Amino acid sequence: MAKHLRKIIQAGWGLLSNAYVRGFLPGQPFIYSGALKHFCVPGMNCYSCPGALGACPVGALQAVLAGRQRKFPAYVLGYLAAVGLLAGRFICGWLCLFGLIQELLYKIPLPKITIPERVDRPLRYLKYAVLLVLVVGLPLLYRSEYGAGDPFFCKYLCPVGTLEAGVPLVLMNDMLRPALGWLFRWKMLLLIVCILASILIYRPFCKYICPLGAFYSLFRKMSLVRMHVDTDACINCGACSKICGMRVDPHLAPNSAECIRCGECMRVCPVNALSFARAAGKQEKAAVH
Amino acid sequence: MNREFPEKLTVILLLAAVCLCIFGAATGEMEDVFIKAVNICMECIGLG
Repeated sequence: MAKHLRKIIQAGWGLLSNAYVRGFLPGQPFIYSGALKHFCVPGMNCYSCPGALGACPVGALQAVLAGRQRKFPAYVLGYLAAVGLLAGRFICGWLCLFGLIQELLYKIPLPKITIPERVDRPLRYLKYAVLLVLVVGLPLLYRSEYGAGDPFFCKYLCPVGTLEAGVPLVLMNDMLRPALGWLFRWKMLLLIVCILASILIYRPFCKYICPLGAFYSLFRKMSLVRMHVDTDACINCGACSKICGMRVDPHLAPNSAECIRCGECMRVCPVNALSFARAAGKQEKAAVH
Repeated sequence: MNREFPEKLTVILLLAAVCLCIFGAATGEMEDVFIKAVNICMECIGLG
């Protein structure tokens, strides 16, 4: 049960945040338009998904930055900072539907690729560039002749919107199909690449592209949910490093920027040296044991 | 020396983040998010 607890929570959260069943009925393109859409969900979840009950925080951030009024995105940034300070990348490991999809794809029994460290390490910084350039910089700076900006990340890169919104909306609604052009084909290509990469590499989007993971990783050392290693108990067996799909060495860097707090390392630790800790000296044994 | 970030400071920052969030909501930003989220985002789905 403990082994599957995270999957159950990931799937449950994914279903709960996309529980607007009416949106999946064929006919007119229709998405949820109730009051819950005022609020962002903590993980990547396209607000144009027919079932989405909340707003995508990355989309919301770009929408405010790209707005004609050039507002400072206090609400979205405050929300993201609060979530980051509470849980950090725990969200990536436990409350992100797209993370779960990638994990399930990785279970397909095909040979897996290990990216050489000299390539993997610099590629990890790509997500910070995506955050700075596509999510913040260009939506803030670019304006069309009509004075409106563009959500560059959503428009040109995000495979989540293509998978959760583009594909179902286009499949269910004939009237959208004549509007498909190069942009849709480009985004489909990116989605296919992402899906194929996810079969071969563990959570490649999270490792290299996701701007939300990049933002939450900034809070890795200050979030209330953080990892703690009991150095007295640790026997340096390496079991935690071996099981980690994100290629973190939890016993050496328990609060690495790449750690998604999935808890797999805690589950396999033979001496229970790893735990979720609220803060120094106040470690609490995690529920995954 | 690997000192951990003090929990009290995290709580202070958390309160500041919540205040920022409330300030944003009070200035109408939630409505901006709402309007974007209830309309099909053509950019997100690759149409616009």
